[in-house]
Amino acid sequence: MDYLPEELLIAVITRLLEGVEHVAVGVSSPIPGSAALLHQALSNGQARVTVLNSKNLQTLNDGAGDLFDRAAQGRIGAFFLSGGQIDGQANINLVGIGEYPQQTVRWSGSFGSAFLYFVVPRVILFRDEHTRRTMVETVDFISAPGVSAPGVYRPGGPYALVTNLGLFSFDRALARFRLVSVHPGHSLEEILDNTGFAFDYDANPDTTPPPEPERLTLLRGTIAAKIADPYPKFAKTVFNCG
Amino acid sequence: MSEISIERLIADIPNGARIAVPTSRSGVAMAASRALIDRGVRDLHLVTIPTAGIQADMLIGTGCVAVAETAGITLDEFGQAGRFVAAVKAGEIRLMDSTCPAIVSGLQAGEKGVPFLPIRGLIGSDLLVNRSDYRVIDNPMAASGDPIVLVPAIVPDIALFHAPMADKFGNVWIGKMRELMTMAHAAKQTLVTVEQIVDGNLMEDELRAPATIPEMFITNVAKAKNGAWPLGLDGCYEADAQALADYANAARSDQGFSAYMAQAPAKAAQ
Repeated sequence: MDYLPEELLIAVITRLLEGVEHVAVGVSSPIPGSAALLHQALSNGQARVTVLNSKNLQTLNDGAGDLFDRAAQGRIGAFFLSGGQIDGQANINLVGIGEYPQQTVRWSGSFGSAFLYFVVPRVILFRDEHTRRTMVETVDFISAPGVSAPGVYRPGGPYALVTNLGLFSFDRALARFRLVSVHPGHSLEEILDNTGFAFDYDANPDTTPPPEPERLTLLRGTIAAKIADPYPKFAKTVFNCG
Repeated sequence: MSEISIERLIADIPNGARIAVPTSRSGVAMAASRALIDRGVRDLHLVTIPTAGIQADMLIGTGCVAVAETAGITLDEFGQAGRFVAAVKAGEIRLMDSTCPAIVSGLQAGEKGVPFLPIRGLIGSDLLVNRSDYRVIDNPMAASGDPIVLVPAIVPDIALFHAPMADKFGNVWIGKMRELMTMAHAAKQTLVTVEQIVDGNLMEDELRAPATIPEMFITNVAKAKNGAWPLGLDGCYEADAQALADYANAARSDQGFSAYMAQAPAKAAQ
C-alpha cells in the first residue's frame, strides 16, 4: 500500500503511544493529533484523547489551568512537544535564536512546555524538519530542559524524538538520544549529516516499518474525518477529506 | 448598570496599566482593543492569560505596550505574530517570558489574596533564569530536599475581555471560559464587552449561574456585536479565517501593518 510521508509519521507516533490511557495533543499538531486518534481507535475507544483547540475532541472546562492540573495529577500519559531547536540532551527551545531577550530570531514562546515536560511520563518530541538548524548541539534558550538534577520532582520527560528522517529513543540517565530506525528512503549518513548533536546508533540501523495497511485504512476513513475538527486544512490536503 | 459605549468603557484605562487579556479562543475584546488603540494608550503591561494572538500583536504594533508578560504570542495557523517579533528584535518591549501554568498560578494567587503559589516544573529552564521575580525554595513540607518554584501573585489593574452576554444588572455569562472568572476575581477592575444584554437576572438562572461572573466583580459592560471579530466567540460565531490571514500577511512588515490599521475596518461587516 502506498503511503504519504505524513502517514508514515502518524504510524510511527501511534506505535509510541501503545498502552497509554490518555493522550493529550497541543496546538499546531495535526500529525500527533491524528496518531492520538488512531491510537484511540485501536483501543476500541478505551484510550482517551484530548486535542487542544478542537470543538469535540476535548473536555476542558475549568479554565486555562485545566489541562495542566490534569497533567499534574498524572492523568495525562503522553504529550507532544517540539522546538525551533532541539539539542542532544533533549533541551527544547521555543523562544528564539541569539542572546535573550533581544534575539535575532524570535518564536512565539514556551507555552506549557516548562511544566508538561516535567510531569507527563511519555513526552514525544516531534519535528518534521530534521536539519542542523533544528537539531543543534546546544539550544540558544532552554524553554524546558530534557533532564533534571537528582532531587528535582520529575515524573515525566522525553521518551522519543520523531523527525522526517528517523526515530530516536531517549535515555534519561545518560541524557542521550539513540537512533532506533531510519525512515524508508533515508539513510544513516543523511541523518548524521543533518544532526548537530552526537547520538548513539548501530552501524546498520533498522528501517522504520511502513504503516500497517489496516491502520492506514482506519486513518484515511474514521480518523481523517475526526482530525478535520481542529485541522480542516490538514484533513483536506493529506486525506482529501472534508 | 446603564449601557455605555465601547469608547466610554475603555476611556479610563490609564497609561502604564497592567492589563490582563485571554487567549484568542476565550473571548477577546477586539473591538475594545481597537478603541484603545485609537485612544492612543501607552506603556501597557500586557499579561496574557496565558497566551495571546492578534490582539497583543496589534497593541504592540501600534506602540501601546511596554511590557509583555506571556507564555506565547502567535497567530496560530496563520503564522508568526509579526509585530510582536519585530518589537522583540528591535528591543522595543520588555519581555517577561513564562509558561502557561505559571501565569495561571500567579493569577490564582491574586484571586486568593496570597503573595505567591508554588508550581512544579520550570527548574533548569532559562525562563526561570530570566524571571528574577520567581523564586526557588526548598519544600518545607518534605522530609528531604525538594526544590519548588514560587510565582508571585498577579493582580492586574484591568481585566479586559468579550463574552456572549450580560444582564442589565452587570452579571456576565462566560460559558466554559472559566479563566475569565479567575481574571475578574484577581483584577482590580474588570471591563467587559458582550454580544447582547439579556432580560432577567443571570444569577437567578440555575443553569447559567455557575458560568456567570457576579456583578460585584464587574466594573463596566458595553455591548459590542461581533466584538471578538476577526476572532471567534465560542458558541456564537467562528473566527474569520480570511480576515486573520490578511492581518497575518500585513503584520509581516511595518508598512503592511500601517496600511492595514489605516484601511481595515475595526468591526466585522454586519
